[in-house]
Amino acid sequence: MKRFPGVVASDGVNLGVRQGEIHCLLGENGAGKTTLMRVLYGLYQPDAGEILLNGKPIQISSPRAALTHHIGMVHQHFRLVPTLSVEENIILGLDEGTGPFLNLRKTRKKIREISEEYGLPIDPQAKVWQLTVGQQQRVEIIKALYRDASILIMDEPTSVLTLQEVDQLFATLRTLVDDGLTIIFITHKLNEVMEISDQVTVLRHGKVVATLPTSQTDKPSLAKSMVGREVVFRLEKSVVKRGERLLQVDTLHALNDRGLPAIRGVSFDLYGGEILGVAGVSGNGQAELAEVLTGLRKATSGRIFLGGKDITNRSAREITDAGVAHVPAERIRMGIVPALSIRENLILKSYRHPPFSRLCFLNRKESDAKARRAMEDYQIAAPSDETATKLLSGGNIQRVVLARELSGDPRLIIAAHPTYGLDVGATEQVRQVLLKQRERGAAVLLISEDLEEIMTISDRILVLFNGDVMGIIDADGADVEQIGLMMAGTRHEGAVGEETRVA
Amino acid sequence: MKKPAWLNVERRPAASGRLVFAVSIIAILAALVVAGIFFQIYGVSPVRAYQVILKGALGSWLGLTETVRRAIPLLLIGVGLTIAFRALFWNIGAEGQLLMGAIAAAGVALFSGLPGPLLLPVMFIAGFAGGAAWGLIPAVLKVKLGINDVITTLMMNYIAIYLMEWLIHGPWKGPTARGFAYTDQFPRAAWLPTLYGTRIHWPTLVLGLLLALVMYILVTRTRSGFEIRVVGENPDAARFAGISQLKTTLLVMFIAGGFAGLAGVGEVAGIHHKLLGPLNISMGYGYTAIIVAWLARRNPLAVIITSFLFAIIISGGDVIKVSLGLPFQLINVFNGLILFFLIGSEVFIRYKASFSFRRQ
Repeated sequence: MKRFPGVVASDGVNLGVRQGEIHCLLGENGAGKTTLMRVLYGLYQPDAGEILLNGKPIQISSPRAALTHHIGMVHQHFRLVPTLSVEENIILGLDEGTGPFLNLRKTRKKIREISEEYGLPIDPQAKVWQLTVGQQQRVEIIKALYRDASILIMDEPTSVLTLQEVDQLFATLRTLVDDGLTIIFITHKLNEVMEISDQVTVLRHGKVVATLPTSQTDKPSLAKSMVGREVVFRLEKSVVKRGERLLQVDTLHALNDRGLPAIRGVSFDLYGGEILGVAGVSGNGQAELAEVLTGLRKATSGRIFLGGKDITNRSAREITDAGVAHVPAERIRMGIVPALSIRENLILKSYRHPPFSRLCFLNRKESDAKARRAMEDYQIAAPSDETATKLLSGGNIQRVVLARELSGDPRLIIAAHPTYGLDVGATEQVRQVLLKQRERGAAVLLISEDLEEIMTISDRILVLFNGDVMGIIDADGADVEQIGLMMAGTRHEGAVGEETRVA
Repeated sequence: MKKPAWLNVERRPAASGRLVFAVSIIAILAALVVAGIFFQIYGVSPVRAYQVILKGALGSWLGLTETVRRAIPLLLIGVGLTIAFRALFWNIGAEGQLLMGAIAAAGVALFSGLPGPLLLPVMFIAGFAGGAAWGLIPAVLKVKLGINDVITTLMMNYIAIYLMEWLIHGPWKGPTARGFAYTDQFPRAAWLPTLYGTRIHWPTLVLGLLLALVMYILVTRTRSGFEIRVVGENPDAARFAGISQLKTTLLVMFIAGGFAGLAGVGEVAGIHHKLLGPLNISMGYGYTAIIVAWLARRNPLAVIITSFLFAIIISGGDVIKVSLGLPFQLINVFNGLILFFLIGSEVFIRYKASFSFRRQ
């Protein structure tokens, strides 16, 4: 059992994992999956209860102690030093070599053996910053294997991967299990549970709801026990009449943080009552596009019109005041001020306006009232509106961001990866909120790497590749394969032409 | 570093005010214990040394009033620094800002030729402006060019020190100073009134108390205070919300530098009545105030208490010199130790340590 102030994060959990199986730990954000695993990895100490390994009680006081019991962990956010090489990262914290000298030759050999045995191709001498996210995860897995881990804890390993990388990861995990390793796989994605696991344990509010062989269950019943109620997988998308043209983007160009072209001549139109999905493999200009549209990045050329008014390179504040909401991709880094309260985060963009401030003073009563309303409307679970936002779960943080951004009925909503990392319940809620905004007549630009999401709720789909629009197609009857081709750089000429003519 | 198996360390989600208070007190006590070793080395029993310091700083009317007048500059500077530190601007340059305030005020007192009643108000305004200007330079350098604020503010101290030295040795050297390196005495109208028989220049004290309250309201109740906290806690979110980092940083350094400048005015107009060597005017108020603000956990109101606490220590320095024949500099060791333990104690606010002696 593990208590945090005010909450029991892990409450009388009994978890049995057999050797040589892939055991999925399924639960919503805040259900206590990660807490439980951190106890196993020695990052937290249980307040009560014990851990048995091969029938013997053990005490895991630190990650180092976990390693002596051959327990390894691949964190959701990698623990790698970007400027060091792969092999240097792998031996980090180990006593390798003789005396003060490193002996990397032996290390390199062992890394090669591991990578060949388990199908984890990697160049030991590459610097970590040069690697893709998928490759970095591979380094983390090798790091654990290098330390002779026989139990591998993987915390939401697929959340950062592309579809192909997920397939590759699953193949690796199967080889590892065939070799006798045991894998605990934390996730909130039902598809993955069904695909990879032998056993599944469902957690809700820190308690075990069910443990059963995966073969004896299915997605709907897992979803039900995870959320505690029936979940609608199909969202009802009502017919909304397309409104006026709200956003017009004309041959937009912009640079990325390293000064290289990131957006090269992007043009599109967006109408009221419409959701335009932006699909693409990550790093093809989506992040920069959202930033240019919201005034956080300068356009080097091109024009942006909002309701016919030129807003190109206006400040973030002017664009906000013009009725543009932004649900940022990195919600914790950008979307909230973690140390401030929910109440204060909710007025982050409106604090200058009445009724939240008069002259130069903030009106506490008004922001309090607003916070209480928002917490009810968006079902933000927290002890009070004075709770520091950093103490909330990912889903609740996103609810705070949405509540703030959508208050004041914005005309245009730029939503970047709005359901990334959220559990089923929160994801459903976010999508419904976006659809409701569309019904209200707002224009929504939905940037997402989740193709299923884009296809479910968008009206049209724009595909970005290398900073360029590969085409805009209707979501109705859109074909995944076609979108896949566009994401890989094949231009879909017809649709683009049509769009331009409509514009 | 290897951690013993019986020690468990975990992150603490949120620390209560009571915990922060308790940890701060323990940090100060720890500093007292370690400083005691130094007294012991000088052959003075630490218990006796602390008795002498407390008695000297608080036990007599003269001692008490001297302690209060030492608290005045610490209060003004400390309050300003809490604002700068809230926005994560590391202003180590209050010492220089104080001196610039003193120079500006002295310039007005000596050379403006203003009529009597106007003199003091204009000196305060000029002093504020002098300190603020000195504080704004590093602020602009940081936001516009990304130059480290710790280094620039620290270096600006030396420029101020040498500027002052040059003035009192050169152009401002007083004809009536009989060869000493200081200016002429200010006209009477430029002297701050003091409480009868003491050196407490009460207008500055009242100003400090007032500003502590005003700054507390600024931080907790106003739009600007909200912006300062957002910029300090998460600059990315500030950018996202359209809060200008430049404006906010300029504001906090206008305040922090200006308040330090006011402290400088108080010292020359209330105590010395002339401009003299930088060490005579300040002897490190600007640095000590960093610890004052830090111990107050960046709460302007708490500075009223912490500035008094450190004034006791500074007064204690005089006492140990006179009564025990120990070097005054021992109090710097003392201040250093307190800051050391305060920063070290942050670990106990952010983490929770527990012990388990169960067998493996």
